[in-house]
Amino acid sequence: MILSRIRQRNKQNSASSPDTSAADQAVPADAPREGAGHPVTVEGLHAYYGKSEALKGIDIEFEANRVTAIIGPSGCGKSTLIRCLNRMHEVTPGAHAEGKVKLGDVDIYGAGVDVTTVRRVIGMVFQKANPFPTMSIFDNVAAGLKLGGVRGENLRDRVHRSLRSVGLWDEVKDRLDTPGIGLSGGQQQRLCIARTIAVEPEVILMDEPASALDPASTLKIEELMDELKARYTIVVVTHNMQQAARVAATTAFMLNGELIEHGPTSEIFTNPKDERTERYVTGKFG
Amino acid sequence: MSGKPIDGPPPLLLTGTPGERRRRLVDKLMTLLARLAAWLAVAVLAIVVGSVFVKGIGAFNLDFLTKNPVPFGQTGGGIADSIVGTAILVALATVMAVPIGFLIAIYTSEFARPSVANTVRFALDILNGIPTIVIGIFVFGVLVAGHTQSGFAGAVALAIVMLPLTARSAHEVLTLFPSSLREAGLALGLKRWRIVLRIMLPTAAGGLITGVVLGIARIAGETAPLLFTTSIFSNFGITTNVSQALPNIPVTIFTLSESPSPADHEQAWAAALLLILMVLILSVVARTFHERSRNRLRG
Repeated sequence: MILSRIRQRNKQNSASSPDTSAADQAVPADAPREGAGHPVTVEGLHAYYGKSEALKGIDIEFEANRVTAIIGPSGCGKSTLIRCLNRMHEVTPGAHAEGKVKLGDVDIYGAGVDVTTVRRVIGMVFQKANPFPTMSIFDNVAAGLKLGGVRGENLRDRVHRSLRSVGLWDEVKDRLDTPGIGLSGGQQQRLCIARTIAVEPEVILMDEPASALDPASTLKIEELMDELKARYTIVVVTHNMQQAARVAATTAFMLNGELIEHGPTSEIFTNPKDERTERYVTGKFG
Repeated sequence: MSGKPIDGPPPLLLTGTPGERRRRLVDKLMTLLARLAAWLAVAVLAIVVGSVFVKGIGAFNLDFLTKNPVPFGQTGGGIADSIVGTAILVALATVMAVPIGFLIAIYTSEFARPSVANTVRFALDILNGIPTIVIGIFVFGVLVAGHTQSGFAGAVALAIVMLPLTARSAHEVLTLFPSSLREAGLALGLKRWRIVLRIMLPTAAGGLITGVVLGIARIAGETAPLLFTTSIFSNFGITTNVSQALPNIPVTIFTLSESPSPADHEQAWAAALLLILMVLILSVVARTFHERSRNRLRG
Protein backbone atom coordinates (compact mmCIF):
# COMPACT_ATOMS: atom_id res chain seq x y z
CA MET A 1 0.00 0.00 0.00
CA ILE A 2 2.85 2.35 0.76
CA LEU A 3 4.35 1.20 -2.54
CA SER A 4 1.24 2.15 -4.48
CA ARG A 5 1.25 5.59 -2.92
CA ILE A 6 4.80 6.07 -4.06
CA ARG A 7 3.91 5.00 -7.58
CA GLN A 8 1.05 7.50 -7.65
CA ARG A 9 3.28 10.32 -6.54
CA ASN A 10 5.92 9.52 -9.13
CA LYS A 11 3.29 9.59 -11.88
CA GLN A 12 2.03 12.99 -10.74
CA ASN A 13 5.52 14.42 -10.79
CA SER A 14 6.48 13.21 -14.24
CA ALA A 15 3.19 14.46 -15.67
CA SER A 16 3.59 17.93 -14.31
CA SER A 17 7.29 18.81 -14.67
CA PRO A 18 7.33 22.54 -15.39
CA ASP A 19 9.84 24.41 -17.52
CA THR A 20 11.90 25.84 -14.69
CA SER A 21 14.20 27.91 -16.87
CA ALA A 22 11.37 30.22 -17.87
CA ALA A 23 9.20 29.91 -14.81
CA ASP A 24 11.93 30.06 -12.18
CA GLN A 25 10.10 32.29 -9.75
CA ALA A 26 6.64 31.17 -10.78
CA VAL A 27 6.92 27.58 -9.53
CA PRO A 28 5.64 27.74 -6.01
CA ALA A 29 8.06 26.01 -3.72
CA ASP A 30 5.35 25.12 -1.30
CA ALA A 31 2.72 23.78 -3.69
CA PRO A 32 0.48 21.51 -1.65
CA ARG A 33 0.96 17.84 -2.44
CA GLU A 34 -1.77 15.34 -2.60
CA GLY A 35 -1.47 12.71 0.07
CA ALA A 36 0.46 14.99 2.37
CA GLY A 37 0.20 14.39 6.05
CA HIS A 38 -0.18 11.00 7.62
CA PRO A 39 -0.14 10.46 11.35
CA VAL A 40 2.30 8.01 12.91
CA THR A 41 0.80 5.82 15.60
CA VAL A 42 2.98 3.83 17.96
CA GLU A 43 1.38 0.91 19.79
CA GLY A 44 3.13 -1.09 22.47
CA LEU A 45 6.66 -0.45 21.21
CA HIS A 46 9.47 -2.24 23.01
CA ALA A 47 13.04 -1.79 21.84
CA TYR A 48 16.10 -3.76 22.90
CA TYR A 49 19.84 -3.50 22.57
CA GLY A 50 20.70 -7.15 22.99
CA LYS A 51 19.09 -8.09 26.29
CA SER A 52 18.79 -4.57 27.63
CA GLU A 53 15.37 -2.96 27.19
CA ALA A 54 15.62 0.64 26.06
CA LEU A 55 11.92 1.31 25.35
CA LYS A 56 9.47 -0.22 27.79
CA GLY A 57 6.17 -0.08 25.97
CA ILE A 58 5.47 3.21 24.20
CA ASP A 59 2.03 4.26 22.99
CA ILE A 60 1.81 7.61 21.24
CA GLU A 61 0.35 9.25 18.17
CA PHE A 62 2.25 11.86 16.19
CA GLU A 63 -0.37 13.98 14.49
CA ALA A 64 -0.27 14.68 10.77
CA ASN A 65 1.09 18.02 9.57
CA ARG A 66 2.25 18.98 13.03
CA VAL A 67 5.63 19.23 14.68
CA THR A 68 5.91 17.01 17.75
CA ALA A 69 8.93 17.39 20.02
CA ILE A 70 10.34 14.62 22.19
CA ILE A 71 12.25 15.84 25.20
CA GLY A 72 13.92 14.12 28.10
CA PRO A 73 17.28 13.66 29.83
CA SER A 74 20.19 11.82 28.21
CA GLY A 75 19.61 8.11 27.96
CA CYS A 76 15.83 8.30 28.29
CA GLY A 77 15.31 6.58 24.94
CA LYS A 78 14.23 9.47 22.74
CA SER A 79 16.80 8.71 20.04
CA THR A 80 15.91 5.03 20.24
CA LEU A 81 12.24 5.88 19.78
CA ILE A 82 12.81 8.05 16.77
CA ARG A 83 15.09 5.46 15.21
CA CYS A 84 12.35 2.88 15.61
CA LEU A 85 10.02 5.07 13.60
CA ASN A 86 11.95 4.47 10.39
CA ARG A 87 13.39 1.09 11.32
CA MET A 88 16.93 2.42 11.70
CA HIS A 89 17.07 0.93 15.18
CA GLU A 90 17.55 -2.56 13.81
CA VAL A 91 20.63 -1.44 11.87
CA THR A 92 22.60 -1.47 15.13
CA PRO A 93 24.02 -4.98 15.64
CA GLY A 94 22.04 -6.89 18.23
CA ALA A 95 19.20 -4.38 18.34
CA HIS A 96 15.57 -5.27 17.70
CA ALA A 97 12.10 -3.88 18.31
CA GLU A 98 8.66 -5.32 18.99
CA GLY A 99 5.28 -3.73 18.69
CA LYS A 100 3.51 -1.69 16.07
CA VAL A 101 4.37 1.55 14.34
CA LYS A 102 1.64 2.56 11.94
CA LEU A 103 1.96 5.12 9.20
CA GLY A 104 -1.65 5.93 8.51
CA ASP A 105 -3.04 2.46 8.89
CA VAL A 106 -0.06 0.42 7.65
CA ASP A 107 2.19 -1.19 10.25
CA ILE A 108 5.77 -0.63 9.12
CA TYR A 109 6.85 -3.64 11.16
CA GLY A 110 4.23 -5.79 9.46
CA ALA A 111 5.02 -8.89 7.47
CA GLY A 112 5.90 -8.31 3.83
CA VAL A 113 6.86 -4.67 4.31
CA ASP A 114 10.04 -3.64 2.49
CA VAL A 115 12.39 -1.89 4.90
CA THR A 116 14.05 0.34 2.32
CA THR A 117 10.67 1.60 1.14
CA VAL A 118 9.76 2.44 4.73
CA ARG A 119 12.92 4.48 5.03
CA ARG A 120 12.18 6.35 1.84
CA VAL A 121 8.72 7.25 3.07
CA ILE A 122 9.88 8.13 6.58
CA GLY A 123 12.97 10.28 6.23
CA MET A 124 15.56 11.17 8.84
CA VAL A 125 17.88 14.11 9.49
CA PHE A 126 20.79 13.46 11.84
CA GLN A 127 22.42 15.49 14.56
CA LYS A 128 25.62 16.03 12.67
CA ALA A 129 25.14 16.96 9.02
CA ASN A 130 26.41 14.10 6.87
CA PRO A 131 26.53 15.11 3.20
CA PHE A 132 28.29 12.61 0.96
CA PRO A 133 31.85 13.91 0.65
CA THR A 134 32.56 12.80 -2.90
CA MET A 135 29.38 14.33 -4.32
CA SER A 136 28.51 17.83 -5.46
CA ILE A 137 25.63 19.83 -3.95
CA PHE A 138 23.39 18.74 -6.81
CA ASP A 139 24.40 15.10 -6.55
CA ASN A 140 23.89 15.10 -2.79
CA VAL A 141 20.30 16.26 -3.08
CA ALA A 142 19.78 13.91 -6.02
CA ALA A 143 21.34 10.90 -4.26
CA GLY A 144 18.12 9.36 -3.03
CA LEU A 145 16.44 10.00 -6.38
CA LYS A 146 19.23 8.94 -8.72
CA LEU A 147 20.01 5.77 -6.89
CA GLY A 148 16.27 5.04 -6.95
CA GLY A 149 16.00 5.38 -10.73
CA VAL A 150 14.79 8.94 -11.38
CA ARG A 151 16.47 10.62 -14.35
CA GLY A 152 16.70 13.68 -16.55
CA GLU A 153 14.37 16.68 -16.43
CA ASN A 154 12.32 15.22 -13.63
CA LEU A 155 15.46 14.79 -11.55
CA ARG A 156 16.62 18.35 -12.11
CA ASP A 157 13.24 19.82 -11.24
CA ARG A 158 12.94 17.87 -8.04
CA VAL A 159 16.44 18.80 -6.93
CA HIS A 160 15.83 22.50 -7.60
CA ARG A 161 12.48 22.35 -5.84
CA SER A 162 14.07 20.74 -2.77
CA LEU A 163 16.79 23.34 -2.58
CA ARG A 164 14.17 26.08 -2.80
CA SER A 165 12.11 24.46 -0.08
CA VAL A 166 14.97 24.58 2.39
CA GLY A 167 15.95 28.12 1.49
CA LEU A 168 19.33 27.14 0.07
CA TRP A 169 18.59 27.91 -3.56
CA ASP A 170 19.74 31.51 -3.60
CA GLU A 171 22.93 30.65 -1.75
CA VAL A 172 24.00 27.77 -3.98
CA LYS A 173 22.30 28.15 -7.34
CA ASP A 174 25.54 29.25 -8.98
CA ARG A 175 27.64 26.45 -7.57
CA LEU A 176 25.54 23.31 -7.74
CA ASP A 177 28.56 21.36 -8.99
CA THR A 178 30.86 22.22 -6.12
CA PRO A 179 31.41 19.62 -3.36
CA GLY A 180 28.68 19.37 -0.75
CA ILE A 181 31.18 19.44 2.08
CA GLY A 182 32.34 22.91 1.03
CA LEU A 183 29.31 24.51 2.69
CA SER A 184 29.11 25.86 6.22
CA GLY A 185 27.68 23.71 9.02
CA GLY A 186 24.23 25.25 8.87
CA GLN A 187 24.14 25.05 5.09
CA GLN A 188 25.25 21.42 5.19
CA GLN A 189 22.42 20.57 7.53
CA ARG A 190 19.92 22.30 5.25
CA LEU A 191 21.48 20.38 2.37
CA CYS A 192 20.81 17.14 4.25
CA ILE A 193 17.21 18.23 4.81
CA ALA A 194 16.92 18.99 1.08
CA ARG A 195 18.31 15.53 0.36
CA THR A 196 15.72 13.98 2.65
CA ILE A 197 12.72 15.82 1.22
CA ALA A 198 13.84 15.27 -2.38
CA VAL A 199 12.55 11.72 -2.19
CA GLU A 200 9.24 13.14 -0.97
CA PRO A 201 8.63 11.26 2.25
CA GLU A 202 5.48 11.47 4.32
CA VAL A 203 7.24 11.98 7.63
CA ILE A 204 10.47 13.71 8.56
CA LEU A 205 12.27 12.59 11.69
CA MET A 206 14.87 14.94 13.12
CA ASP A 207 17.34 13.79 15.76
CA GLU A 208 18.59 16.98 17.43
CA PRO A 209 19.06 18.65 14.04
CA ALA A 210 20.39 21.96 15.31
CA SER A 211 22.43 20.93 18.36
CA ALA A 212 25.71 21.23 16.46
CA LEU A 213 24.87 24.62 14.93
CA ASP A 214 25.29 28.26 15.89
CA PRO A 215 22.20 30.27 16.93
CA ALA A 216 21.70 31.93 13.54
CA SER A 217 21.69 28.60 11.71
CA THR A 218 19.51 27.10 14.42
CA LEU A 219 16.93 29.80 13.83
CA LYS A 220 16.93 29.05 10.10
CA ILE A 221 16.38 25.36 10.76
CA GLU A 222 13.52 26.10 13.14
CA GLU A 223 11.84 28.37 10.59
CA LEU A 224 12.25 25.58 8.06
CA MET A 225 10.51 23.11 10.37
CA ASP A 226 7.60 25.49 10.61
CA GLU A 227 7.28 25.75 6.83
CA LEU A 228 7.74 22.05 6.19
CA LYS A 229 4.97 20.97 8.53
CA ALA A 230 2.42 22.08 5.94
CA ARG A 231 3.47 19.14 3.81
CA TYR A 232 4.94 16.62 6.21
CA THR A 233 4.50 15.17 9.66
CA ILE A 234 7.54 16.14 11.68
CA VAL A 235 8.97 14.55 14.82
CA VAL A 236 11.87 16.33 16.50
CA VAL A 237 14.09 15.06 19.29
CA THR A 238 15.64 17.90 21.19
CA HIS A 239 17.71 18.54 24.27
CA ASN A 240 16.73 22.16 24.18
CA MET A 241 13.44 22.88 25.90
CA GLN A 242 13.26 26.40 24.55
CA GLN A 243 13.52 24.97 21.05
CA ALA A 244 10.65 22.58 21.77
CA ALA A 245 8.59 25.51 22.95
CA ARG A 246 9.40 27.44 19.78
CA VAL A 247 8.73 24.82 17.13
CA ALA A 248 6.39 22.16 18.45
CA ALA A 249 2.65 22.23 18.95
CA THR A 250 2.81 18.99 20.89
CA THR A 251 5.55 17.72 23.18
CA ALA A 252 6.25 14.31 24.67
CA PHE A 253 8.40 13.84 27.77
CA MET A 254 10.32 10.59 28.18
CA LEU A 255 12.25 9.17 31.10
CA ASN A 256 14.06 5.83 31.44
CA GLY A 257 12.48 4.31 28.35
CA GLU A 258 8.94 5.29 29.25
CA LEU A 259 6.63 7.95 27.92
CA ILE A 260 5.72 10.00 30.96
CA GLU A 261 3.54 12.70 29.53
CA HIS A 262 2.36 13.89 26.15
CA GLY A 263 0.30 16.95 25.32
CA PRO A 264 0.20 20.51 23.99
CA THR A 265 3.57 22.15 24.44
CA SER A 266 2.26 25.05 26.47
CA GLU A 267 0.65 22.67 28.96
CA ILE A 268 3.76 20.53 29.33
CA PHE A 269 5.81 23.55 30.23
CA THR A 270 3.42 25.60 32.30
CA ASN A 271 1.06 23.04 33.78
CA PRO A 272 2.47 19.51 33.59
CA LYS A 273 0.37 16.72 35.00
CA ASP A 274 3.19 14.46 36.16
CA GLU A 275 5.57 15.46 38.93
CA ARG A 276 8.57 14.08 37.04
CA THR A 277 7.74 16.24 34.04
CA GLU A 278 7.51 19.27 36.27
CA ARG A 279 10.91 18.52 37.80
CA TYR A 280 12.51 18.13 34.37
CA VAL A 281 11.08 21.25 32.76
CA THR A 282 11.98 23.35 35.74
CA GLY A 283 15.53 22.13 35.49
CA LYS A 284 15.67 20.16 38.72
CA PHE A 285 17.38 17.33 36.87
CA GLY A 286 18.50 16.25 33.40
CA MET B 1 64.85 24.61 67.43
CA SER B 2 67.68 26.72 66.10
CA GLY B 3 67.46 30.30 67.04
CA LYS B 4 67.32 31.57 63.47
CA PRO B 5 63.87 32.72 62.30
CA ILE B 6 62.65 31.24 58.98
CA ASP B 7 60.74 33.70 56.80
CA GLY B 8 58.59 32.25 54.11
CA PRO B 9 58.66 28.75 52.60
CA PRO B 10 62.01 27.02 51.99
CA PRO B 11 63.59 27.76 48.60
CA LEU B 12 62.77 25.28 45.77
CA LEU B 13 65.55 23.06 44.49
CA LEU B 14 65.07 22.39 40.77
CA THR B 15 68.45 20.81 40.13
CA GLY B 16 67.17 17.33 40.78
CA THR B 17 68.10 14.55 43.13
CA PRO B 18 70.94 12.09 42.32
CA GLY B 19 68.34 9.59 41.13
CA GLU B 20 66.96 12.27 38.82
CA ARG B 21 70.32 12.78 37.14
CA ARG B 22 70.74 9.06 36.51
CA ARG B 23 67.28 8.84 34.99
CA ARG B 24 68.09 11.74 32.71
CA LEU B 25 71.20 9.96 31.47
CA VAL B 26 69.27 6.78 30.79
CA ASP B 27 66.69 8.82 28.91
CA LYS B 28 69.38 10.41 26.74
CA LEU B 29 70.94 7.01 26.09
CA MET B 30 67.67 5.38 25.05
CA THR B 31 66.83 8.29 22.76
CA LEU B 32 70.27 7.94 21.18
CA LEU B 33 69.84 4.19 20.68
CA ALA B 34 66.39 4.65 19.12
CA ARG B 35 67.78 7.25 16.77
CA LEU B 36 70.69 4.97 15.79
CA ALA B 37 68.28 2.11 15.10
CA ALA B 38 66.20 4.30 12.81
CA TRP B 39 69.31 5.45 10.96
CA LEU B 40 70.43 1.83 10.68
CA ALA B 41 67.18 0.90 8.95
CA VAL B 42 67.52 3.75 6.52
CA ALA B 43 71.18 2.85 6.03
CA VAL B 44 70.36 -0.74 5.12
CA LEU B 45 67.92 0.49 2.49
CA ALA B 46 70.49 2.98 1.22
CA ILE B 47 73.19 0.29 1.03
CA VAL B 48 70.97 -2.14 -0.86
CA VAL B 49 69.71 0.45 -3.30
CA GLY B 50 73.15 2.02 -3.56
CA SER B 51 75.05 -1.18 -4.34
CA VAL B 52 72.47 -2.34 -6.88
CA PHE B 53 72.65 1.09 -8.43
CA VAL B 54 76.43 1.11 -8.61
CA LYS B 55 76.67 -2.40 -10.00
CA GLY B 56 73.80 -2.09 -12.40
CA ILE B 57 73.97 1.42 -13.78
CA GLY B 58 76.71 0.41 -16.19
CA ALA B 59 74.43 -1.83 -18.19
CA PHE B 60 71.34 0.31 -17.64
CA ASN B 61 70.75 2.08 -20.93
CA LEU B 62 68.13 2.55 -23.61
CA ASP B 63 69.18 -0.59 -25.48
CA PHE B 64 68.83 -2.56 -22.28
CA LEU B 65 65.24 -1.45 -21.93
CA THR B 66 64.17 -1.73 -25.54
CA LYS B 67 66.08 -4.60 -27.15
CA ASN B 68 65.52 -8.29 -26.88
CA PRO B 69 68.17 -10.69 -25.55
CA VAL B 70 70.83 -11.86 -28.00
CA PRO B 71 71.88 -15.53 -28.39
CA PHE B 72 74.50 -16.82 -26.01
CA GLY B 73 78.00 -15.56 -26.63
CA GLN B 74 77.08 -12.26 -28.23
CA THR B 75 77.08 -9.00 -26.31
CA GLY B 76 74.47 -6.33 -26.24
CA GLY B 77 70.77 -6.85 -26.29
CA GLY B 78 68.41 -6.14 -23.48
CA ILE B 79 65.48 -7.45 -21.51
CA ALA B 80 62.62 -5.85 -23.38
CA ASP B 81 60.82 -9.18 -23.62
CA SER B 82 61.06 -9.67 -19.86
CA ILE B 83 59.72 -6.19 -19.20
CA VAL B 84 56.72 -6.81 -21.42
CA GLY B 85 56.25 -10.24 -19.89
CA THR B 86 56.29 -8.92 -16.33
CA ALA B 87 53.83 -6.20 -17.27
CA ILE B 88 51.44 -8.78 -18.74
CA LEU B 89 51.78 -11.16 -15.80
CA VAL B 90 51.22 -8.39 -13.25
CA ALA B 91 48.27 -6.94 -15.16
CA LEU B 92 46.62 -10.33 -15.51
CA ALA B 93 47.20 -11.18 -11.85
CA THR B 94 45.76 -7.81 -10.80
CA VAL B 95 42.65 -8.28 -12.93
CA MET B 96 42.12 -11.66 -11.26
CA ALA B 97 42.93 -10.76 -7.67
CA VAL B 98 41.48 -7.26 -7.24
CA PRO B 99 37.77 -7.88 -7.92
CA ILE B 100 37.78 -10.97 -5.72
CA GLY B 101 39.76 -9.16 -3.03
CA PHE B 102 37.35 -6.22 -3.04
CA LEU B 103 34.32 -8.49 -2.87
CA ILE B 104 35.84 -10.35 0.08
CA ALA B 105 36.56 -7.04 1.81
CA ILE B 106 33.02 -5.77 1.19
CA TYR B 107 31.64 -9.01 2.57
CA THR B 108 33.76 -9.05 5.72
CA SER B 109 33.30 -5.36 6.50
CA GLU B 110 29.64 -4.87 5.57
CA PHE B 111 27.63 -8.05 5.41
CA ALA B 112 29.18 -10.84 7.44
CA ARG B 113 28.52 -11.56 11.10
CA PRO B 114 31.60 -10.77 13.20
CA SER B 115 32.40 -14.45 13.80
CA VAL B 116 32.26 -15.28 10.10
CA ALA B 117 34.23 -12.17 9.20
CA ASN B 118 36.97 -13.05 11.68
CA THR B 119 37.24 -16.58 10.33
CA VAL B 120 37.58 -15.34 6.77
CA ARG B 121 40.20 -12.81 7.79
CA PHE B 122 42.12 -15.44 9.69
CA ALA B 123 42.12 -17.69 6.63
CA LEU B 124 43.41 -14.78 4.57
CA ASP B 125 46.17 -14.14 7.07
CA ILE B 126 47.26 -17.78 6.84
CA LEU B 127 47.19 -17.60 3.06
CA ASN B 128 49.33 -14.50 3.28
CA GLY B 129 51.89 -16.39 5.32
CA ILE B 130 52.24 -19.37 3.02
CA PRO B 131 55.70 -19.32 1.41
CA THR B 132 55.42 -18.25 -2.20
CA ILE B 133 57.43 -21.28 -3.29
CA VAL B 134 54.66 -23.48 -1.93
CA ILE B 135 52.11 -21.50 -3.92
CA GLY B 136 54.35 -21.95 -6.94
CA ILE B 137 54.47 -25.71 -6.52
CA PHE B 138 50.71 -25.82 -5.96
CA VAL B 139 49.94 -23.98 -9.17
CA PHE B 140 52.53 -26.15 -10.92
CA GLY B 141 50.68 -29.27 -9.81
CA VAL B 142 47.30 -27.93 -10.86
CA LEU B 143 48.00 -26.06 -14.06
CA VAL B 144 51.41 -27.03 -15.40
CA ALA B 145 52.03 -30.71 -14.69
CA GLY B 146 50.84 -32.72 -17.62
CA HIS B 147 50.71 -29.65 -19.87
CA THR B 148 53.27 -26.94 -20.45
CA GLN B 149 54.27 -23.86 -18.57
CA SER B 150 52.21 -20.81 -19.35
CA GLY B 151 52.01 -17.14 -18.54
CA PHE B 152 48.48 -17.76 -17.39
CA ALA B 153 49.66 -20.19 -14.73
CA GLY B 154 52.24 -17.65 -13.60
CA ALA B 155 49.56 -14.98 -13.36
CA VAL B 156 47.34 -17.29 -11.31
CA ALA B 157 50.22 -17.93 -8.90
CA LEU B 158 50.84 -14.20 -8.56
CA ALA B 159 47.12 -13.57 -8.07
CA ILE B 160 47.06 -16.04 -5.17
CA VAL B 161 49.92 -14.09 -3.57
CA MET B 162 48.17 -10.77 -4.20
CA LEU B 163 44.71 -11.79 -3.00
CA PRO B 164 45.17 -11.64 0.79
CA LEU B 165 47.08 -8.34 0.49
CA THR B 166 44.32 -6.67 -1.50
CA ALA B 167 41.52 -8.09 0.62
CA ARG B 168 43.17 -7.09 3.89
CA SER B 169 44.01 -3.51 2.89
CA ALA B 170 40.58 -2.99 1.31
CA HIS B 171 38.97 -4.29 4.49
CA GLU B 172 40.97 -1.81 6.59
CA VAL B 173 39.92 1.05 4.35
CA LEU B 174 36.25 0.06 4.34
CA THR B 175 36.02 -0.34 8.11
CA LEU B 176 37.31 3.22 8.43
CA PHE B 177 34.31 4.41 6.46
CA PRO B 178 32.31 6.74 8.74
CA SER B 179 29.11 5.09 9.95
CA SER B 180 27.35 8.47 9.75
CA LEU B 181 27.57 8.26 5.95
CA ARG B 182 26.33 4.69 5.92
CA GLU B 183 23.37 5.76 8.07
CA ALA B 184 22.70 8.72 5.77
CA GLY B 185 22.44 6.31 2.85
CA LEU B 186 20.23 3.87 4.76
CA ALA B 187 17.93 6.65 5.98
CA LEU B 188 17.34 7.67 2.36
CA GLY B 189 15.89 4.25 1.71
CA LEU B 190 18.81 2.99 -0.37
CA LYS B 191 19.61 -0.69 -0.61
CA ARG B 192 22.86 -1.93 0.99
CA TRP B 193 24.55 -2.82 -2.30
CA ARG B 194 23.71 0.57 -3.77
CA ILE B 195 25.27 2.26 -0.76
CA VAL B 196 28.41 0.13 -1.09
CA LEU B 197 28.86 0.63 -4.80
CA ARG B 198 27.84 4.26 -5.25
CA ILE B 199 28.80 5.85 -1.94
CA MET B 200 31.35 3.74 -0.06
CA LEU B 201 33.62 2.67 -2.90
CA PRO B 202 33.96 6.13 -4.48
CA THR B 203 34.67 7.69 -1.08
CA ALA B 204 37.21 5.03 -0.20
CA ALA B 205 38.71 4.93 -3.69
CA GLY B 206 42.03 6.48 -2.71
CA GLY B 207 42.73 3.97 0.03
CA LEU B 208 41.61 1.08 -2.15
CA ILE B 209 43.93 2.15 -4.95
CA THR B 210 46.77 2.42 -2.47
CA GLY B 211 46.23 -1.19 -1.48
CA VAL B 212 46.21 -2.31 -5.10
CA VAL B 213 49.38 -0.40 -5.94
CA LEU B 214 51.19 -1.86 -2.93
CA GLY B 215 50.04 -5.31 -4.01
CA ILE B 216 51.42 -4.69 -7.47
CA ALA B 217 54.72 -3.56 -6.02
CA ARG B 218 54.90 -6.78 -4.05
CA ILE B 219 54.13 -9.25 -6.82
CA ALA B 220 56.21 -7.48 -9.46
CA GLY B 221 59.32 -8.97 -7.90
CA GLU B 222 58.04 -12.35 -6.73
CA THR B 223 60.25 -15.07 -8.16
CA ALA B 224 59.29 -18.40 -6.59
CA PRO B 225 55.77 -18.58 -8.00
CA LEU B 226 57.14 -17.96 -11.46
CA LEU B 227 59.99 -20.45 -11.26
CA PHE B 228 57.62 -23.35 -11.61
CA THR B 229 55.11 -21.85 -13.93
CA THR B 230 56.78 -19.59 -16.43
CA SER B 231 60.53 -19.97 -16.38
CA ILE B 232 61.45 -21.96 -19.50
CA PHE B 233 61.16 -19.63 -22.43
CA SER B 234 61.25 -20.99 -25.92
CA ASN B 235 62.15 -17.99 -28.03
CA PHE B 236 63.95 -14.74 -27.52
CA GLY B 237 61.50 -12.09 -28.42
CA ILE B 238 58.59 -10.12 -27.13
CA THR B 239 55.63 -12.40 -26.85
CA THR B 240 52.19 -11.79 -25.44
CA ASN B 241 50.87 -15.31 -25.71
CA VAL B 242 49.82 -16.23 -22.21
CA SER B 243 49.34 -19.87 -23.05
CA GLN B 244 53.09 -20.15 -23.30
CA ALA B 245 55.74 -19.33 -20.74
CA LEU B 246 56.31 -15.59 -20.69
CA PRO B 247 59.75 -14.15 -20.03
CA ASN B 248 59.77 -12.04 -16.90
CA ILE B 249 62.21 -9.91 -14.92
CA PRO B 250 62.68 -11.94 -11.71
CA VAL B 251 63.40 -15.23 -13.51
CA THR B 252 65.61 -13.40 -15.97
CA ILE B 253 67.67 -11.98 -13.11
CA PHE B 254 68.06 -15.53 -11.84
CA THR B 255 69.14 -17.05 -15.15
CA LEU B 256 71.43 -14.16 -16.03
CA SER B 257 73.20 -14.44 -12.70
CA GLU B 258 73.78 -18.17 -13.29
CA SER B 259 75.33 -17.56 -16.69
CA PRO B 260 79.15 -17.78 -17.07
CA SER B 261 79.34 -14.52 -19.03
CA PRO B 262 80.20 -11.39 -17.01
CA ALA B 263 78.20 -9.26 -19.45
CA ASP B 264 75.18 -11.26 -18.39
CA HIS B 265 75.98 -10.58 -14.74
CA GLU B 266 76.01 -6.88 -15.41
CA GLN B 267 72.63 -7.17 -17.04
CA ALA B 268 71.36 -9.08 -14.00
CA TRP B 269 72.34 -6.16 -11.78
CA ALA B 270 70.72 -3.73 -14.17
CA ALA B 271 67.52 -5.77 -14.12
CA ALA B 272 67.60 -5.74 -10.32
CA LEU B 273 68.00 -1.97 -10.44
CA LEU B 274 64.97 -1.77 -12.70
CA LEU B 275 62.90 -3.76 -10.23
CA ILE B 276 63.92 -1.54 -7.35
CA LEU B 277 63.06 1.57 -9.34
CA MET B 278 59.63 0.11 -10.14
CA VAL B 279 58.95 -0.62 -6.48
CA LEU B 280 60.10 2.86 -5.44
CA ILE B 281 57.92 4.61 -8.00
CA LEU B 282 54.88 2.47 -7.15
CA SER B 283 55.35 3.15 -3.44
CA VAL B 284 55.48 6.91 -4.02
CA VAL B 285 52.34 6.70 -6.16
CA ALA B 286 50.60 4.69 -3.44
CA ARG B 287 51.57 7.26 -0.83
CA THR B 288 50.15 10.13 -2.90
CA PHE B 289 46.81 8.38 -3.33
CA HIS B 290 46.68 7.59 0.37
CA GLU B 291 47.21 11.24 1.34
CA ARG B 292 44.58 12.44 -1.11
CA SER B 293 41.94 10.01 0.09
CA ARG B 294 42.63 10.82 3.74
CA ASN B 295 42.18 14.52 3.10
CA ARG B 296 38.94 13.81 1.23
CA LEU B 297 37.36 11.90 4.08
CA ARG B 298 38.28 14.60 6.56
CA GLY B 299 36.29 17.04 4.45
